[in-house]
Amino acid sequence: MATGTAAWLPFARAAAIGWMPVASCPMPLAPRDNSKKKDELIMLNVSGRRFQTWRTTLDRYPDTLLGSSEKDFFYNEEAKEYFFDRDPDVFRSILNFYRTGKLHYPRQECISAYDEELTFFGIIPEIIGDCCYEEYKDRKRENLERLQDDQEDNKDMKLPNMTIRETMWRAFENPHTSTMALVFYYVTGFFIAISVITNVVETVPCGATPHHKNMPCGERYTVAFFCMDTACVMIFTVEYLLRLFAAPSRYRFMRSVMSIIDVVAILPYYIGLVMSNNEDVSGAFVTLRVFRVFRIFKFSRHSQGLRILGYTLKSCASELGFLLFSLTMAIIIFATVMFYAEKGSSSSKFTSIPASFWYTIVTMTTLGYGDMVPKTIAGKIFGSICSLSGVLVIALPVPVIVSNFSRIYHQNQRADKRRAQKVQKTRQARIRIAKSGSANAFLASKHHGLLNELLELTGTEEDEQKLIRNTSLLESQHHHLLHCLEKTTAHEFVDEHMFEQNCLEEALQSYPSRSPSVSSQGSCTICCCGSRRHPDPRVPRGPLQELSALHIQSSQLAVHPSSRSNLNLRAEDGSRVNCKGGQVTTAIISLPSPPSLAPHREGRHHPHHPTTTTISNVFRVKVQLLEKMLLK
Amino acid sequence: MDGKRLDTISERVDAAAVSAPDSIEDELELSTVRHRPEGLEQLEAQTRFSRKELQILYRGFKNECPSGVVNEDTFKEIYAQFFPQGDASTYAHFLFNAFDTDHNGSLSFEDFVMGLSILLRGTVQEKLNWAFNLYDINKDGYITKEEMLDIMKAIYDMMGKCTYPVLKEETPRQHVEVFFQKMDKNKDGVVTIDEFIDCCQNDENIMRSMHIFENVL
Repeated sequence: MATGTAAWLPFARAAAIGWMPVASCPMPLAPRDNSKKKDELIMLNVSGRRFQTWRTTLDRYPDTLLGSSEKDFFYNEEAKEYFFDRDPDVFRSILNFYRTGKLHYPRQECISAYDEELTFFGIIPEIIGDCCYEEYKDRKRENLERLQDDQEDNKDMKLPNMTIRETMWRAFENPHTSTMALVFYYVTGFFIAISVITNVVETVPCGATPHHKNMPCGERYTVAFFCMDTACVMIFTVEYLLRLFAAPSRYRFMRSVMSIIDVVAILPYYIGLVMSNNEDVSGAFVTLRVFRVFRIFKFSRHSQGLRILGYTLKSCASELGFLLFSLTMAIIIFATVMFYAEKGSSSSKFTSIPASFWYTIVTMTTLGYGDMVPKTIAGKIFGSICSLSGVLVIALPVPVIVSNFSRIYHQNQRADKRRAQKVQKTRQARIRIAKSGSANAFLASKHHGLLNELLELTGTEEDEQKLIRNTSLLESQHHHLLHCLEKTTAHEFVDEHMFEQNCLEEALQSYPSRSPSVSSQGSCTICCCGSRRHPDPRVPRGPLQELSALHIQSSQLAVHPSSRSNLNLRAEDGSRVNCKGGQVTTAIISLPSPPSLAPHREGRHHPHHPTTTTISNVFRVKVQLLEKMLLK
Repeated sequence: MDGKRLDTISERVDAAAVSAPDSIEDELELSTVRHRPEGLEQLEAQTRFSRKELQILYRGFKNECPSGVVNEDTFKEIYAQFFPQGDASTYAHFLFNAFDTDHNGSLSFEDFVMGLSILLRGTVQEKLNWAFNLYDINKDGYITKEEMLDIMKAIYDMMGKCTYPVLKEETPRQHVEVFFQKMDKNKDGVVTIDEFIDCCQNDENIMRSMHIFENVL
């Protein structure tokens, strides 16, 4: 519980007097405060630096080292203080957590040292307050990455027992692992360069020959260029197929950007082979040759910087989009204005608004080709306004993009922020679990409470030792408060699972096979009003007061090893079995739950399984006529 | 889209520019809402707590509210921590009004400690008086059925959704009916302070439950 609740609990309990006149049932007894000792100052000596605080401050968090009896291990008898051989600077933040309820992460501390201290003192890092949590998580992630990088450097050593596939894949991804990989890397790089240069040189005019006029080299030395192209494409195809073979997940490889680039690079060649030199499709054929330029993107496998650039552009998409959008807006506005301004002048090049787009773009980007120039005064005025605003519109988003790029280039962090959002969800989930833990703790402690009350009232001194005291006084007082509220309203707290089951069971009242059990549930009420004098452990706190049916574990029956159906049903599956089975008969049997058995069962039940805890006092048993038995 | 972002940014700039002179005043106002309680001796005389107990109470109070006063929202937050499964804000509102005897919208340490003194160390008469005051929302000396229904709904809200048996809509109303049947002797539809105290003193359960919180501090 947080600090606030510890300090305000007496107030909340006193205010509960407001419920008393309204309640129809008698209230439970308050937990006895056996430790009547006065609040005292505790001296904590952490490596020589002395801290002092009240005992109750430390008791606020009973599941940490300082709040529980674990600190007794560190008690120094002669000096009457608790000595911890830990870092005193970090201890400051830890003690402040007890005082204020908020854990802060001091920025100058090393993250691993801080983590160690937190673990030592039994504090989970998720409690760190929102003010410091982001910093903490960032630092932790960086640390993790540094560790991973170190590990990866070590991993470059060749591991034994790798299949051919894995070796090949590692060679492809990491050219520095072996000489073969390096050779392959350089060879492919060389051929990419050759291919690109070929494409470029193909279009250069080669000089006149006697037969034809100045023609590009590509048409003069067709065969040579065709051979070069074939060679390159064969290398690329072989490379692609090898990568496809070696990829650990072929489907994922085929979907990745690099493989798509590979395919786009070699496809035009094959399509060109297949198609004949038909006049109709030669236009499309020419277009396909344009795609050959995509081979240059294959260089991004060879250059880390290129990959980061592409990645940055992808992540700066919103800024780029904003730039484009604002430019488009300005272009349309100015083009319209210029068109109407120049409409009057003769022989004006501004024939339509789309035609004015070209002028506007050239002016706004301060290119100023001069092929389209306004002639009227109004046109010139608006033209100058256009060029001035162009400078502004472009200059504004560009620094944003540039700073983004530099940030990402140095940090590579955008993907991790997305991962951090998932961590945020886990953090919230853990905090929610911790919070709901208090509600579950109350439900779990109700069982302990019943036994404790019984033992306190009727037991002797030795029995009092047996009390299940795994809750602190603070918690027991809080539970007593919740118990009083239950009595006031004559309703009980149950956890979500049980609540949904109850709703389900109430809804199933129409099923005839279930009517005996359901009617028993419907009739049971929480009997508290006036008739209870002693807390009766026999009255269970779960939803089923009377036992509705008897379920014999199938393992007790004669199970034929050849039986097909799975007969091992647990008690919780009982309700679901009922929904399906038409062969279920129910019987109303009432069994007392001996108190000696209950603590044993509760001892076994982990408080994180509230379903089993709430039915621990109730034996939910079913008699099931098994088809198998009938068939036998 | 980008347009919406620009809109909000321009709004924020405008708002900041306009409210700048006011916000300084607001800040000054907030910073002056600090409260120092009366001296320890005076509080000792006015309440039934010993010096030590007052010290403990004040330390806890000041820890949670460094400014020395609790406003209603903080109070609701604090009270809600005790009832994680339900919604304690309505009941906390009534409780706040019951404690805030001078009705200035904030709970100082004196209000807090006076209320506690009655609840923990007062006579049964005083406690019942306090409870009546809590139920009487408009402080007119009569508890009507509507007031009682509001209080009852607030109490049931604290239970939350996951209860056994399942909370029905008319449960608070039925509870109010039972209450009025018991308390309203002359059947005039309201419960006065005398009827209330008489009835409670004749009820054994209520009398016993008034004493269970005596050892709270």
